[in-house]
Amino acid sequence: MSWALEILKASLYAVIVFTFAAVFAAMLGVYLERKISGWIQARVGPKHVGPQGILQTVADTIKLLQKENIVPRNADFLVFSTAPLIVTVAALLGYVVIPWGKLGDWILIVRDLNIGVLYFAAVSSLIVIGILTGGWSSNNKYALLGGLRSASQLISYELPLGFAIISVAMMAGSLSTVDIVNAQRDVWFVFKQPLAFLIFLIAAAAETNRIPFDLPEAESELVAGYFAEYTGMRFALFQLGEYAEMLAMAAMTTVLFLGGWRGPWLPPILWFFIKTYAVVFFFMWVRWTYPRLRIDQLLNLSWKVLLPLGLLNILGTGLVVTLAR
Amino acid sequence: MLVDWLYVAVFGVVGVLLAVLPLAIVWLISPRGEYPQKLLTYESGVVPFGQAWSQFNVRYYLFSLAFVLFDVEVIYLYPWAIVFKELGAVAFMEMFVFLAILFLAFIYAWRKGALEWV
Amino acid sequence: MRGEMAAFILLAAVTVIPAIVVVTSRNIVRAALSLVPTFLGVSGLYVLLQAEFVTAIQVLIYAGAITVLILFVIMLTAGGTGLPVRQVNEQVPLGILVAGALAGGLLFVLLRAPWPMVSGEMPRYNARAIGTALLTNYALVFEVTSLVLLVSLIGAIIIARREGS
Repeated sequence: MSWALEILKASLYAVIVFTFAAVFAAMLGVYLERKISGWIQARVGPKHVGPQGILQTVADTIKLLQKENIVPRNADFLVFSTAPLIVTVAALLGYVVIPWGKLGDWILIVRDLNIGVLYFAAVSSLIVIGILTGGWSSNNKYALLGGLRSASQLISYELPLGFAIISVAMMAGSLSTVDIVNAQRDVWFVFKQPLAFLIFLIAAAAETNRIPFDLPEAESELVAGYFAEYTGMRFALFQLGEYAEMLAMAAMTTVLFLGGWRGPWLPPILWFFIKTYAVVFFFMWVRWTYPRLRIDQLLNLSWKVLLPLGLLNILGTGLVVTLAR
Repeated sequence: MLVDWLYVAVFGVVGVLLAVLPLAIVWLISPRGEYPQKLLTYESGVVPFGQAWSQFNVRYYLFSLAFVLFDVEVIYLYPWAIVFKELGAVAFMEMFVFLAILFLAFIYAWRKGALEWV
Repeated sequence: MRGEMAAFILLAAVTVIPAIVVVTSRNIVRAALSLVPTFLGVSGLYVLLQAEFVTAIQVLIYAGAITVLILFVIMLTAGGTGLPVRQVNEQVPLGILVAGALAGGLLFVLLRAPWPMVSGEMPRYNARAIGTALLTNYALVFEVTSLVLLVSLIGAIIIARREGS
């Protein structure tokens, strides 16, 4: 009986979290992206639907719902239909371990897994499969090239990301996200681990295909890359996955380095969202500041700079902590 | 602990259902019109030639291979990271040797050009 | 307990059905992709064994890394990935014979082996327990692992270089 009850509770949580991701990560994310881009380029951005254009993405979603799903004749129908689902679900699974804040003694987290951050790294690594299959199943040269490039990029930046997470786990002595936030009671880890923070930010931007790491989607050379053949709602699912992953990465940056929900005066939930959206803003700001990298530069940055730096950072942290014991 | 993972499993299943839901709506209300040009592969407006499913370069393989190797290394770092404080200097030395050997692998791959995008 | 049994049957189905697709599909990429649900099903079985650290490894390494490696290798196949591939040859009867003998042997061992039941609590944090074991009792194995990794990388690079030139 208790099993059925737990499953019901879990389903309810799942619906809430996914609605949240669709509204706050994707819809608000796209709106902010356009508004901030407009602001940086001295234009106004969306303006007509709703006050300040806030309902623009709602209108876009309704429009996409009415679009025809086109599957090219040469595509592999089954794989083509599965790929966007993989990306969306893999991105959303990461939300299970994100602690959103604290109400009294109650921590707002779906489940505080013992291996929280490792779980997060593991489920994010599944996104690459969705992207690769989306690119391959389209049977389109641009899409396949985009998918292959994207896969090389994602796997290359997963390693520095892992090193940064490990540096934090070493300080906290735990892999649970709640423990990591609690370990930052006095000092945020961004001050103790500045190098890991930098590595994590760069790798997170690359993992979410943000400019300057948006080679997989490079409009000007690959006509949108791996999802070139996708239309309507399937395309929207790819976008949902991408923005959900961006918000998850920003939230993880907050958890690992910015003290999670901790902060004075304001309620913890508010602190968490302020910090998370500050990181989101940072990603969007970077987009209009740096030009896109070339693929060889991109891979060099990961393998020849971030990877050895991450390793040295771990060894250095280990040495300092062991000596200070 | 099993309950934790029950939540993960339910999230996976419900996630798929929720993602399929809009696709079902689209299937119900979207217009459908078939003509051969629409189902053609997009190739910047040119009539597509040949197959996209062709042979690719070996460089992708080399990168993914190095990735798998270092990913396995990262996996060993996780349990070490959360216990090394209690185990002290010996644990640190053990990890130092482990990482030093893998650093050799890294340098070898670099010198042999496995990390070059050519 | 009934819940666990139901979970086991479900996970076993998730593991075995795609595995059948892996060995029967004529499309080599579909075969490779079917490995993903198989790996995830196996990771679910690890959960039932209370080995959550191994679960995460299974997802991270197998579903997230090995599959990509396999897909990249497939992209190298001459003639491209669109060609249908036949996965069986003329030796089906012989194969059935060998498989049957193996299954019989395994069943024989399974039924006769005494299965020890260990009582007591599972460690609360098994990543911690694994870390402690690796750094104390199994330190030598741990160090040798890095040598194995080194050798495998060198071997792979040498083979790839030869093929490339």
